[in-house]
Amino acid sequence: MSTNHFFHMQNICKDYLMGEEVSHILKNVNLSIEEGEYLSVLGPSGSGKSTLMNIIGCLDVPTSGNYILQGRTVEDLTSGELADLRSREIGFIFQNSQLLPRLTAIRNVELPLIYAGVRPKERRRRATAMLERVGLADRMYHYPNQLSGGQQQRVAIARALVGNPSILLADEPTGALDQKTGKQIMELFQTINDEGRTILMITHDMNIAAHAHRVVHIIDGVLTEGGNTSDA
Amino acid sequence: MLKSIRSTFIMIHECISMSISNIWGNKVRSFLTVLGILIGVTAVIALITTVSGVSSSITSSFTSLGAGTISVSISGSDLKSGLTRDDLKTLTALTEVDGITPTVSLRAQVTCSGETQSNVNVSGKSSYYFHLNEDIVTHGRELNFVDEDNSSFVCLVSDEMVSTFFFAVNPVGATLYINGTPFTVVGRFKEDSSSGIASIFSGKANIFIPYTTALKMNNSSLVTSFTVYMSEGVTSSQASSALEAALDPMFSYEEDTYTITTMDSIEDTMETMTGMMATLLGGIASIALVVGGIGIMNMMLTTVTERTVEIGLKKALGAKPWQIQVQFLIESFMLSLIGGIAGVMLGLLLSLVFSEVIGSTFVVSGGAIVLGVGFSAAVGILFGWAPARKASRLNPIDALRSM
Repeated sequence: MSTNHFFHMQNICKDYLMGEEVSHILKNVNLSIEEGEYLSVLGPSGSGKSTLMNIIGCLDVPTSGNYILQGRTVEDLTSGELADLRSREIGFIFQNSQLLPRLTAIRNVELPLIYAGVRPKERRRRATAMLERVGLADRMYHYPNQLSGGQQQRVAIARALVGNPSILLADEPTGALDQKTGKQIMELFQTINDEGRTILMITHDMNIAAHAHRVVHIIDGVLTEGGNTSDA
Repeated sequence: MLKSIRSTFIMIHECISMSISNIWGNKVRSFLTVLGILIGVTAVIALITTVSGVSSSITSSFTSLGAGTISVSISGSDLKSGLTRDDLKTLTALTEVDGITPTVSLRAQVTCSGETQSNVNVSGKSSYYFHLNEDIVTHGRELNFVDEDNSSFVCLVSDEMVSTFFFAVNPVGATLYINGTPFTVVGRFKEDSSSGIASIFSGKANIFIPYTTALKMNNSSLVTSFTVYMSEGVTSSQASSALEAALDPMFSYEEDTYTITTMDSIEDTMETMTGMMATLLGGIASIALVVGGIGIMNMMLTTVTERTVEIGLKKALGAKPWQIQVQFLIESFMLSLIGGIAGVMLGLLLSLVFSEVIGSTFVVSGGAIVLGVGFSAAVGILFGWAPARKASRLNPIDALRSM
């Protein structure tokens, strides 16, 4: 349990009650990630990778095991403290971008800052800067349905980064995109990582996983190290 | 601490604008949801405003008619069944009393120039009555002290009598037979429009004769019922006690020989009645508010279910449970507040129309507005509480899983 880990998971198990049967989604998962790392978790659907991401993202708590994020033991935190941790440390990106349809791009990006209690002026300034960074300076006041899939995912990335989190958690970030757009998103991820931000990406697509510097495999809730792919 | 207050303020401000856009985004559904509250508040406001308008009209017409008067009715003792003329003079002489009009009426058969009408309402009047109602005599003269003292056989006739007996002929100077006794017509009076309520009690009189004459025709010399007009600046309780002090010796201090009714007590009764009516109607209308509140609750529960993804997403983005709860509470609060404000306006409009139609005064009751808006806001918070709590407790995973 060294302190320079960004996070450290030890013997994490997650069980769900499916009717009368207990289903073991995660089985004794051990995973550590260093600050600034670019890791991808590769696994088929139903392998437990989304559950893993939820636990890493402090949306869910493990049934047993130990999870330490930035030196804090996650299972001891209240739901309010977990929300606080998410707000400060974690940026989420979901498969279908998940923008609120009634808000413009810039209002969507501002959303995490509202919950963090940032002043409107500062909020607008930071959201504008972030949208410019992902190349959407001319689309700020468009509604999600006026944007292409790739543009929507860029807005989602801007939203995930606007709170200046230490880790970016991406669940199938290219799942709904065509290959060309997906490639652009991956390039953006690389730039973000180059700036020192930790990225953990979950995917079932080997080609996408290959963009990460380290890949771990998950099958039926069991995690195995897959080695370094940065030179692949 | 200061920072958390500021961020709470920022959050609530955002919640208000977000909930407005959500309400606006579902225009039809929001309208239907709000309709229950709107109808409830409209009913409360319209009923309370109308009832208070009607009761203030009734009160003001009572005041204009009966303020400063006291009714006395004599049941009498075995020895003395009513008041003599001298007794009335004694009472009139009291400083608290400005004047007295005895109530003596009879139903009579009236004959004039060959035509007969039976069951005519004949009323005995004192000269003081004409002092009070100066404009009532349109032709001829009033009945005066001399008529009263002599029990003269003179009379005044109403416009209605004129058209019955004296069509196109000046009635003054003519002779009229009341129960066979000849009376000289000395004048003509118009129906007193202001005595609307008095005529409910005494019936509308078509012929006025001196009250002393009327007593004679009733084969009596005693007055059993009269109205006392108080002097200016005298309260009705002062006047009643002065009257009691004067009446008691007249009936040898026997109990239960007379009843004094002040207008104050009638007004009090009226006020209690209209107050009860307003409370009752308001109570019925608030049932509509409760039903409206259930409508809001239903809509909010549906909304929470529909927006699980949004809730999960917001939680993932760092929203705390209480922030989610506040957002939904504000939304239901805004919904019912909109309904409440619209209801107040519609209710006032309706009662304005009512008051025009029934001719009562339109009184905007501040209390009713506060009640309407306050009640609807309370309904929003009360019925929004459970759905908002449900939303705040939603597990972010379950919420996001439906993506």
